Amino acid sequence: MKILVCISNVPDTTTKVKFVDELKKLDVNGIQWVINPWDELALTRALELKDDAANGIQSVTVAHVGLSTSEPTIRKALAIGADDAIRVNTESGDAYSVAAQLAEVLKNENFDIILCGIESSDHNGSTVGGMLAEFLRVPSVTCVSSLKFENGQPVVSREIDGGKEGLSLPVPFVAIVQKGIAKEPRIAAMRGIMSARTKPIKVYEPQAIDNLTEVVNYEMPKPRAACKYVDAENAGQLIDLLQNEARVF
Amino acid sequence: MAVLVFPENWDGKFKKLSFELVSYASKVADMLGDQAIVVSIGNVEAGELGKLATYGADKIISIENSALNALDDQAYAGMIAEVAQKVNASVVVLSNNNTGKALAPRLSVRLKAGIASGVGKLPVSTTPFVVNKKVYSGKAFANVEIKTPVRIITLAQNSFEVIESPKPVVIEKSDIQPDQGLMKIKVNDVQKLAGKILLTDADIVVSGGRGMRSPDNWGPLVEMAELLGAGTACSRPVSDEGWRPHDEHTGQTGKIIAPNLYFAIGISGAIQHLAGISSSKYIVAINTDKDAPIFEAAQYGIVGDASKVLPKLVEKLKEIKSK
Ligand SMILES: Cc1cc2nc3c(=O)[nH]c(=O)nc-3n(C[C@H](O)[C@H](O)[C@H](O)COP(=O)(O)OP(=O)(O)OC[C@H]3O[C@@H](n4cnc5c(N)ncnc54)[C@H](O)[C@@H]3O)c2cc1C
Ligand SMILES: Nc1ncnc2c1ncn2[C@@H]1O[C@H](COP(=O)(O)O)[C@@H](O)[C@H]1O
Repeated sequence: MKILVCISNVPDTTTKVKFVDELKKLDVNGIQWVINPWDELALTRALELKDDAANGIQSVTVAHVGLSTSEPTIRKALAIGADDAIRVNTESGDAYSVAAQLAEVLKNENFDIILCGIESSDHNGSTVGGMLAEFLRVPSVTCVSSLKFENGQPVVSREIDGGKEGLSLPVPFVAIVQKGIAKEPRIAAMRGIMSARTKPIKVYEPQAIDNLTEVVNYEMPKPRAACKYVDAENAGQLIDLLQNEARVF
Repeated sequence: MAVLVFPENWDGKFKKLSFELVSYASKVADMLGDQAIVVSIGNVEAGELGKLATYGADKIISIENSALNALDDQAYAGMIAEVAQKVNASVVVLSNNNTGKALAPRLSVRLKAGIASGVGKLPVSTTPFVVNKKVYSGKAFANVEIKTPVRIITLAQNSFEVIESPKPVVIEKSDIQPDQGLMKIKVNDVQKLAGKILLTDADIVVSGGRGMRSPDNWGPLVEMAELLGAGTACSRPVSDEGWRPHDEHTGQTGKIIAPNLYFAIGISGAIQHLAGISSSKYIVAINTDKDAPIFEAAQYGIVGDASKVLPKLVEKLKEIKSK
């Protein structure tokens, strides 16, 4: 079995975002780029599954749509333990174009399980994984919180309102993962960092695919009203304010 | 042309989220001068379907089939796409919840329709078609133009008010069937927590962080939640430590919620925590550290020890209840 993990390259989650060019572009000055947190967990899970020889996983590959400027992120995934990487050499556009570029490359490959994160922490789309599955015409499961093997077959569980469902489905499929898929992201060890330099990154040239959406501009959230303090000794007063001023109950 | 909306049902019943979706679709339809058409999948009683008319639906297309009780991404998306083509939909509205996240992207590919997800307001304009959505986990918003003739919007839960505008409604039983060849998912087991208020549905959420100090201190927090009819939540370290169940964790890597009122008790207000709760209408912070960043996000605050403040709040709520 071969696993693919799709990774996006996002600003570190503690970044204070700013926009330039009349609020049309993200100010990338000083931004630390990282693997999207969900994708890092997906990769961790894929590697955990590969560690257990009984699961019969031959390889874990990562795929990314983006320019060579995002290679440090790909190298980091290789350092964490991915065997090789695929990069489609084009600026990462809207979700539709990213998924379409990935699908073009993947239709000629034979991955059994494709993992995507539930959302990128930049545009919060939650869309690339499902689109990719539809382009490839394979089944998908969303909100996956566990992926394991039972009797050599993958089983997943997905979160539903107020509970969980355990599912099985035939490969190939796309699993769109969320909380629970792995506990802590695996960290690159020194040996991994050294070997990442020589692991192969296959670069594909892009297809002509248009974006279906375009950001017109960005807006910063309206500043919230200053906090109104209630003295701890008279905490009950807070309830009065919530009831009579904010009128929330 | 029509605005098509998929309001989803839970064991054959609709809930507030469904009504938010229909209210939203009906207002978008008004902006475009089109009809609002509902597509319902699965077995739903006629009375339940009729309720949707209260929120401005002009027509309801119901696909009933007991094979459709579990969500199958591919089969469901196929049926909604078929309806969208039949009614010549120019906009398709789904929720930005688990189900919407499963279906909307597939519809986007099937209908070659651009998508904007996590939208909280009516479109900014219809020509060009521009909607406002949250980006960078709530640290900013983007105005996104959808350039295709068909557009898909997923609506953020609890962001759009339910609006009553009853209309005479036509309910049509559809003969569309799921494509059996696409139904590949087998459900082996279902585990449901009974009787708990779903975090994503709760109007009020009471949440505790590491400042609660120990898993044994949760009694007054839970009691306060019960008095308020609220859901309970926690920060990530709290669920990581096993003090509280994982499904209570809110934030960037947990649940993203938008209740009317969020109590952050002993929570510092890390940016990743705020990412999950910053859309709450009111945030109340209770923290011993007057400089904790949570106070910058909060409208009401108490600088104090949770173990002393919580019992006072509980006492006051009981007093109100007994009146
Ligand atoms: C990629 C990534 C994703 C993350 N995702 C999430 C996420 O989804 N959700 C999340 O919550 N975190 C997330 N985190 C972790 C986040 O950065 C913080 O570490 C976490 O939110 C802190 O939790 P806390 O506020 O409970 O604890 P702390 O930061 O330890 O804060 C405890 C607070 O309690 C106060 N306090 C102490 N004693 C008392 C008392 N007796 N009474 C009242 N107040 C008291 C303290 O002053 C302090 O402000 C993420 C981190 C990363 C790197
Ligand atoms: N540029 C990209 N290259 C590869 N995978 C991506 C890219 N963008 C998004 N993804 C994948 O799609 C998931 C969801 O992203 P999104 O739909 O943008 O929220 C991410 O967690 C990744 O797994």
